Amino acid sequence: MNDAVLTETAASNRQTLRRLLVVALLMFGFGFALVPMYEKICEVTGARNVFLPDDVSTQNTQVDFSRKVSIEFDANVQRLEWTFKPVEPYLDVHPGEMTQVVYEIRNTLDRPVTGQAVPSYGPREAAQYFKKIECFCFQQQTLGPGEVRRLPVVFVVDPALPKSVNTITLSYTFFEVAGTRKNPG
Amino acid sequence: MSAVIDNHGHAHDDHHADHGHPPGLMRWVSTTNHKDIGSMYLWFSFIMFLMGGVMALTIRAELWQPGMQIVQPEFFNQMTTYHGLIMVFGAIMPAFVGFANWQIPMMIGAPDMAFPRMNNWSFWLLPVAAILLVSSLAVGGAGVGWTMYAPLTTQAGPGMDLLIFAVHILGMSSIMGSINIVTTILNMRAPGMTLMKMPMFVWTWLITAYLLIAVMPVLAGAVTMTLTDRHFGTSFFNAAGGGDPVLYQHIFWFFGHPEVYIIAIPAFGVVSQVIPAFSRKPLFGYASMVYATSSIAILSFMVWAHHMYTTGMPVAGQLYFMYATMLIAVPTGVKVFNWVATMWRGSLTFETPMLFALGFLFLFTLGGFTGLVLAMTPVDVPLHDTYYVVAHFHYVMVAGALFSALSGVYFWLPKWTGNMYDETLGKWHFWLSMVFFNITFFVQHFLGLAGMPRRIPDYNLQFTAFNQISSIGAFGFGLTQLLFLYVVLKCIRSGEKAPDKPWDGADTLEWTHLPTPAPYHTFENPPTVK
Repeated sequence: MNDAVLTETAASNRQTLRRLLVVALLMFGFGFALVPMYEKICEVTGARNVFLPDDVSTQNTQVDFSRKVSIEFDANVQRLEWTFKPVEPYLDVHPGEMTQVVYEIRNTLDRPVTGQAVPSYGPREAAQYFKKIECFCFQQQTLGPGEVRRLPVVFVVDPALPKSVNTITLSYTFFEVAGTRKNPG
Repeated sequence: MSAVIDNHGHAHDDHHADHGHPPGLMRWVSTTNHKDIGSMYLWFSFIMFLMGGVMALTIRAELWQPGMQIVQPEFFNQMTTYHGLIMVFGAIMPAFVGFANWQIPMMIGAPDMAFPRMNNWSFWLLPVAAILLVSSLAVGGAGVGWTMYAPLTTQAGPGMDLLIFAVHILGMSSIMGSINIVTTILNMRAPGMTLMKMPMFVWTWLITAYLLIAVMPVLAGAVTMTLTDRHFGTSFFNAAGGGDPVLYQHIFWFFGHPEVYIIAIPAFGVVSQVIPAFSRKPLFGYASMVYATSSIAILSFMVWAHHMYTTGMPVAGQLYFMYATMLIAVPTGVKVFNWVATMWRGSLTFETPMLFALGFLFLFTLGGFTGLVLAMTPVDVPLHDTYYVVAHFHYVMVAGALFSALSGVYFWLPKWTGNMYDETLGKWHFWLSMVFFNITFFVQHFLGLAGMPRRIPDYNLQFTAFNQISSIGAFGFGLTQLLFLYVVLKCIRSGEKAPDKPWDGADTLEWTHLPTPAPYHTFENPPTVK
């Protein structure tokens, strides 16, 4: 191969090299151009507008806002020298809504007493729809002499509660737990 | 035929000049000879192939039975990640670049590649990238999957940074290599070698190199965005800053799908040389082959989101990508038809290169069919990320690309080394590979259909039997490749002297115009092609 041909080939090789390098650089830029293109395509096609927050409802769909149920709180003691009462006597709640109420107990005796609360419901068929998530009745409560305690109940009324039930009475009765009394001295 | 004598004589005249290269290791560091560089690419890819293979066997050993056996889940994830990256970027791609370096100048009658110095750089970047990649395991690695999806990558440890830089360097190497290949093919063909007279292997590399120049920079951009998201406060993929992780998948697969064809198209090229040679007939439908390959390359840019059916795409998008993907089966079908038609009424012989080419033809077509199954959106949704996908892409990557590369090595080994390989051992290599490959991967179709997810180190009890079959196959396949190493070493050291044209039906310039072994410098005076 003579020198003239070699030089000519080398020159055209360099030209091809430059062109291909430009293509490579443009494609590097194209990678970044895909970012605004993607956002635009999502916006135009309505697939998703990445600039808007997701359209997720903040409303709790599990709560039935169309009706209210009255909950009456009742408190009794059985052969026990405690005072026991709800802080609020009644409350209106939506079915499905999580609610917390507080009961107050006071041990009027001068010795520690262990008691256990037992719940009951009126009407009786409401019991299966009344879901207690947290309740002082889940454990025995031991109060020192003259101690006062405020105890929570967290509950949800199942939205499946029959329409005929407008009022539920939640009634607790505290019993002293047998065999826990310590003989003085 | 006088060109043979001329070139042979010429090579001998320059014999002293040939050995102007430095002695020892520096010869390989400083070489600009396309044959030296081709050999280095091939050996590099074989070393990476063994390394990726050891990782695959670690995966298969862990999956021998359910529960955690030998590795921690983090390390298992790193193994799947590095196995994928090393096999794609370290083994298969450099292997075909090795073929390109050796063969393209000889097949088009050029003295060397267009930019020999840049060629040296393209190769020597690879070991650097490989060291970066593997050393990232020492700093905690990055078990993020070879696809490197955000947001996992934006939250991974420092191993991820090394991985990103390794991908950058691999990309630079590929782009430089591709520019070299395109320039060589466009500017340095022998007189009379028009584009439509080029051997099919050269055509496939011209198309592949264009694909590489177009998509490697996009991958570089994607990992650069990951890097700036990690360290420089950008929010390309960070939803908290207004970015979108799904965007990463779009950019990645805009690179990733053409990448599939970057691996497959040179494999088509090798097979398009081997099948005519052993059928003793010219390639059937040469022009349709060129057009089919070009259409595959163009279509490969338009189908990327078929990897993303489960990202919540609009139905119109899913339909478009489904039909566009199925469209690729048409030009691919043309190619398979042409290979079969080339063999039709040919006088066939079944030496090792032909066996591997036929293995390619059968198994690649099978992998293509499972690809069609996965192209269908409603079918893909339950199969997404299951072993069915693993089986599918190993049929096209291993039985497709790797078998084609092995076919090419056996085909050109006599020309490269001057010696014949051991035909009996070659046939053993083929049959063992064929059997163990299918034992390994065929059962994975069933595992995937039964719902076994990929990239998970543990599995449900009922998958045990098929996983054990697959693991046995994997170890058999891995050991068989050591036989290949032995065959190649034996050929180089003590093979029988090969004739200039050991294959009857081979008709490209390296067989018809050059002695065996090919001299260090060839075609300093270009041959004239009629």
